[in-house]
Amino acid sequence: MSEIVKKFLYLNRKAPYGTIYAWEALEVILIGAAFDQEVSVLFLDDGVYQLTKGQDTSGIGMKNFSPTFRTLGDYEVKNVYVDRDSLAARGLTQDDLVQIAWEDFDTEEEVENIVEVIDSARVRELMDASDVVFSF
Amino acid sequence: MADTIDVNGKQIAVDEEGYLANLNDWEPGVAEVMSKQDNIELTDEHWDIIKFLREYYEEYQIAPAVRVLTKAVGKKMGKDKGNSKYLYSLFPYGPAKQACRFAGLPKPTGCV
Repeated sequence: MSEIVKKFLYLNRKAPYGTIYAWEALEVILIGAAFDQEVSVLFLDDGVYQLTKGQDTSGIGMKNFSPTFRTLGDYEVKNVYVDRDSLAARGLTQDDLVQIAWEDFDTEEEVENIVEVIDSARVRELMDASDVVFSF
Repeated sequence: MADTIDVNGKQIAVDEEGYLANLNDWEPGVAEVMSKQDNIELTDEHWDIIKFLREYYEEYQIAPAVRVLTKAVGKKMGKDKGNSKYLYSLFPYGPAKQACRFAGLPKPTGCV
């Protein structure tokens, strides 16, 4: 096994339905989480809609995969960020977003909500610091 | 090739790896038939995990990968069950893959 840990950043830029990007991105993130790399997920532009509460897809005949984001913690993804400007531009705040809990099974350390709203300076830092960036 | 399994006289479609083609077709008989094909006799312990997986899917809309399943079972049922030795003793072909199949869920996400 390779000991090299890379920093992966997944950018989610698109609305959850209408295209397959959001669902595919989530699957890639969950599958990639098996490789014990340092994973960050950032939602920006229309991608912030992916985390909104109370989604109902019954009218469009697509699976509502919104609940699946809450498993990110179980998959040991601990860094979930949302771009503050993208939220504000859409009249949204953190209160409109789902919460994702995280727990370290061994140490029983718990974080109630790992979703963090960050400003554009942090977004830039995050991109700079990442070794691999996937944009969806 | 469209495969089916016979559950109490009802033909239920499965995919090429033996997972249910349609999640809503599941009934306990599905697990009975699939386990018989795998030469496993289902005990209460097996059913606990199958039920757990169905609840997990209900809540998160996803079939968990094995290490996520192990962790989640441990959280819910205690560490004596939340370990791979115990889960493999029940489901020798892989607790996530085999148990998910019995539970009528898709192949787990993140099983590589």
